[in-house]
Amino acid sequence: MRQNELKMPINKLSEEPKQVLTVNKWKFMVWLFIITIIMLFASQTSAYLVRRAEGNWVEFDIPQIFWFSTIVLLISSVSMHFSLQSAKKNNQSMLKMAVAITFAFGIAFLVMQYLGWQNLQQQGVFLKGNPSGSFFYVFTGLHMAHLLIGLGILIATFIMAFRMKINSKNTLLVEVCATAWHFLDLLWVYLFVFLLYFR
Amino acid sequence: MAAAAHADVHANEHDHAHEHHEQSFIRKYIFSEDHKVIAKQYLISGIIWALIGGFLSLVFRLQLGYPGIDLGWLKPILGERWFDDTGKLDPNYYIALVTMHGTIMVFFVLTAGLSGTFSNFLIPLQVGARDMASGFINMLSYWFFFLSSVIMFSSLFVHDGPAGGGWVIYPPLSALPDAAPGSATGMTLWLISMAIFIVSSLLGSVNYVTTVINLRTRGMTFDKMPLTIWAFTFTAILGILSFPVLFSAALLLIFDRSFGTSFYLSDIYINGQALPNQGGSPILFQHLFWFLGHPEVYIVILPALGMTSEIIATNSRKPIFGYRAMIFSMLGIMFLAFIVWAHHMFMTGMNPFLGSVFMLLTLIIAVPSAVKAFNYITTMWRGNIVFTPAMLFSIGLVSFFVSGGVTGIILGNSALDIQLHDTYFVVAHFHLVMGSAAFFGMVAGVYHWFPKMFGRMMNATLGYIHFWVTIAGVYVVFFPQHYLGIAGFPRRYYAYTGFDFTNKYQDLAELSTIAAIVVFAANIIFLFNFFYSIFWGKKATANPWRSNTLEWTTPVEPGHGNWPGEIPVVYRWPYDYSKPGAAEDFIPQHIPFSATPESNLEEENEQIKEEREIEGIQFNHSIPD
Ligand code: HEM
Ligand SMILES: [Cu+2]
Repeated sequence: MRQNELKMPINKLSEEPKQVLTVNKWKFMVWLFIITIIMLFASQTSAYLVRRAEGNWVEFDIPQIFWFSTIVLLISSVSMHFSLQSAKKNNQSMLKMAVAITFAFGIAFLVMQYLGWQNLQQQGVFLKGNPSGSFFYVFTGLHMAHLLIGLGILIATFIMAFRMKINSKNTLLVEVCATAWHFLDLLWVYLFVFLLYFR
Repeated sequence: MAAAAHADVHANEHDHAHEHHEQSFIRKYIFSEDHKVIAKQYLISGIIWALIGGFLSLVFRLQLGYPGIDLGWLKPILGERWFDDTGKLDPNYYIALVTMHGTIMVFFVLTAGLSGTFSNFLIPLQVGARDMASGFINMLSYWFFFLSSVIMFSSLFVHDGPAGGGWVIYPPLSALPDAAPGSATGMTLWLISMAIFIVSSLLGSVNYVTTVINLRTRGMTFDKMPLTIWAFTFTAILGILSFPVLFSAALLLIFDRSFGTSFYLSDIYINGQALPNQGGSPILFQHLFWFLGHPEVYIVILPALGMTSEIIATNSRKPIFGYRAMIFSMLGIMFLAFIVWAHHMFMTGMNPFLGSVFMLLTLIIAVPSAVKAFNYITTMWRGNIVFTPAMLFSIGLVSFFVSGGVTGIILGNSALDIQLHDTYFVVAHFHLVMGSAAFFGMVAGVYHWFPKMFGRMMNATLGYIHFWVTIAGVYVVFFPQHYLGIAGFPRRYYAYTGFDFTNKYQDLAELSTIAAIVVFAANIIFLFNFFYSIFWGKKATANPWRSNTLEWTTPVEPGHGNWPGEIPVVYRWPYDYSKPGAAEDFIPQHIPFSATPESNLEEENEQIKEEREIEGIQFNHSIPD
């Protein structure tokens, strides 16, 4: 492949390249990793349903704070979207700010989830005990663990943005970051709706 | 587009790739990112694991063949505490040995050792790529595997012994550290090791799929890919879809063990004391486990089948029979693999109607499996067969796949499974169809691709001895176990001497044991051949088997980047063997149709005008590689 490119005079690059490859390999890999995460949570939620169908299931109220954390996460997705837009427009200061805001909202989300856990414990729902509660902790915890990976990518993006390595010609990292972040956001919405609906 | 901007970034990368600066020893052989080195690392690790796993099986086979035999001489290796004064094996350790044997063979040898070696080695070479999509992730994948290996190995020596309870680690036994020695520290290490193993396997699979989709050379369209590549890709997809589910199962088990949750536990009494755990369901674990477990058996066998297709076509000097049928049957197997898991659970008290549904789906798998078996046989039919050791082992694989598959159809009937479940019949079934078949595929792959891996040939005579002793031995080990199973011998029992009805079959168990020792010895010959040939084997030529696929167009020992010059362009499928009119009995994939007018079919003459177009393909330059 590299050889093939080498042989080619630079001016030919402006011609319409025939693509054998339609997706960037990094983006492709990110999607594959997303599939593995989907399978993980699909199996968790199916296990939840199978177990719930067997009865002996204690219901509890989901603390209000989880609604707010959901909103916070949704807002962070909006600012993530702005990051990508500003990278495409080459707006460096806007890019840095939007990434930073996304990061801050991500942290806020984690804190709120943690507060939510404390509310649950005040309610008398613990990790130990009826599986309905245990599942709640495991779902939220697993999602938070994945969100930490998302925050890691955000930090990498921020560093690259700070070093001016990201511009309208080189948006790969921001794109990957946005894909992962929107996915994690969507994943939480799915889990939240699931937990509300199948209480 | 982003194309132009990338051109200069790219130009730098070229210099980087072609400047053959000396890499340090560590970068070259230990933390290497070269797919060929990583493949060899997997191969050697797999061989070491196979030795350990095989050794453990000999220990418990000795106990089964000669109950109460004095094994005291193993004390220095396995530890004093597992043998009593007369040298009798401890029953708790017996089940731990069985567990470790199963885990090691299924995951560490036939998943990591097989896919890790051959997917890594062959995917870039056969699709025409310089390396894997990400060398770094590939390296990570190996080192995660290494870490999980170290943990699993160390669990053999902890005080309570390694995990017990079978490779399927069913709760509640596995969930309660107090329930048995094998559920204590050993089980914790087992779970940690497997969690890391899953990460390694996922990193590997993601890389394999991405490489096949994104890095094929010019002209390597999907319909020109060797069946090996199809098989490796399907295997990787199976892994991506099923290993996360095992992770789920293990995660909940970890919570039950260490954090007091009750996902799998309910109404349990230990020594008359009720446990606090309420409301869990151990069957839930089985559902999660077998949702991985069944696809896992295909993760093990598909790469072996893929390599067999390649080896049988090459050595029959005939095109593979039913190329498309092979792909679609693998696709069918892959799809069905996800909807049959409950055939391992017929006896869990499931609704009989549900059992019938799963029975029907299970039996349908016989169809694509049979298609594959017939295609192998018809490929060999009237071919000019060259009986290389690799070819013999491939034929052996087909034999095991058929004889073990037939018993699968028996087990798949939910009514028959009432008698056969958890007996030696199941043991015989899966050791033939999965264990031995996949093992033969792996060995065949080693014999066949050894010249490309190490630039030397393995000794064929030793290969023949290895083959004939092993195939005869394996049948003698496992065939009698069918009868034991029908008679009702349960699996995983320490000894059968307690029952009259099983006593009279002791001679069959003994026969199995003797044959197992013989098979193990034959494989020592193989090991000798392998390591001897790496250093002192006959020098290989670039294409010793006169094969068509791209890896044989590389130099005898391909260096970094695989092809010294340009990557060859692909014009035809990989199975043009003994084509009428052709001068040679093989036409490699990179020979254009315009160069072979004497053997072209009419529609192939049509394709000549597309050749310029294929050569003109340019890769999308916005894609950094
Ligand atoms: C026609 C195809 C097949 C059918 C209908 C079939 C059916 C079954 C059934 C019903 C069982 C459960 C028996 C029991 O526990 O009572 C079983 C066990 C097993 N099968 Fe198959 N099988 C087939 C092919 C295969 C193949 C191709 C492999 C591997 C490559 C395989 C590997 C296994 C393994 C490993 C087990 C035992 C798992 C354990 O309990 O430890 N089978 N098979
Ligand atoms: Cu199965």
